[in-house]
Amino acid sequence: MSKRVLDLLEARFGPAILETHSQFGDDTAVIEPARWREVAFFLRDDPRVAMNMFVDLCGVDYLGVSEGPRFEVVCHLRSLQHAHRIRIKARVGAEDGSDAEVDSVVPVWRGADWFERETFDMMGIVFRGHPDLRRILMYPEFVGYPLRKDYPADKIQPLVPFREGTLGKLPPFGPDEGMSFGRQTHSFPRGEN
Amino acid sequence: MGELSGPQRAEAGGNVQVLEGSEHGFATTRVDALLNWAKKYSLFQYPFVTACCGMEFMALASPRFDMARFGAEAPRFSPRQADLLWVVGTISQRQAPALRRIYEQMADPKWVLAFGTCASSGGFYDNYTTVAGIDKIIPCDVYVPGCPPRPESVIDGILLLQDKIARGDRTPGVVKPRNNPVTGEQALVSIGTKPMTMGETPKPPARPVKA
Repeated sequence: MSKRVLDLLEARFGPAILETHSQFGDDTAVIEPARWREVAFFLRDDPRVAMNMFVDLCGVDYLGVSEGPRFEVVCHLRSLQHAHRIRIKARVGAEDGSDAEVDSVVPVWRGADWFERETFDMMGIVFRGHPDLRRILMYPEFVGYPLRKDYPADKIQPLVPFREGTLGKLPPFGPDEGMSFGRQTHSFPRGEN
Repeated sequence: MGELSGPQRAEAGGNVQVLEGSEHGFATTRVDALLNWAKKYSLFQYPFVTACCGMEFMALASPRFDMARFGAEAPRFSPRQADLLWVVGTISQRQAPALRRIYEQMADPKWVLAFGTCASSGGFYDNYTTVAGIDKIIPCDVYVPGCPPRPESVIDGILLLQDKIARGDRTPGVVKPRNNPVTGEQALVSIGTKPMTMGETPKPPARPVKA
């Protein structure tokens, strides 16, 4: 049913819709990042589409997988009137993690506020025009973006210095214990294996 | 009357003597042994509950398992009035300063019990956000593993802590197991015995029976 939404999007924005996909009632459109907010306003305001419910927004890191931009911002929307859904994506960011910017959709859906903050916090994707783009889960002293694929899996940044002698002295919880298999599998340098 | 024997004597560290001398009897002991005995049965607790282990903590505090039987009944929601800090659940790096501060606000003597695997070692959260065991931040006396631990395990932990208090042992770290798994040697502990009694309780005088 909501294949119609994809048709409307393509009719309205044409080349700004980079790619569409429809399977099992799941409709996806990849949007040109420069027109991200414009498309969002259209999806909300056009009465034939009327995506008045913001469902989810998150980021995906395709480091080493994607040929083009590194990150993908994924947004899920639903229309309560028409009972249809759509997933829109924007691909942003260079291989080194820079230039990962997209327009905020907080002016379109107020509920996107904390989702964009979380995506910024975890992935380092900057949402232009967000009213209060701060970290939401990690502490302000945290350096880097923990869910990026190039963040070291065993890197911690404690706020409280560890007690003297806790690393290596106090049994049974030395630095190598806990989930040793996790450290071993995640510490491979990239490209090896 | 006479000297205490068996587990009761062991519990008091062999320091209690009940002497013949009066109608009701009296006991001699060392002051520190008496103080430790008092401390171990009056643990005021501060529950620092952060995660799902809290559900099991509620089960422990409620009548079916009834932590009150061990003197650890009254929760105090100010660390300044508490003796025993329960760290119940996962501690994230962001919570670590709060936990450290609460520990520092508690007055001596104070003890810490790590409730569950996350508090003990971080559990399976081997990542950027979780403290791998509260002993990295504050000294910890007893570790109760489990995800979450059964209330029985926690009661076991309380009893181990009581033994530790009775010994006057203040070294942080892991409470030694009751028996050495290699030699099979039994440690000097008193699980499942009655509390130490200070002589026999005098019987109240019989009431006159109304005719």
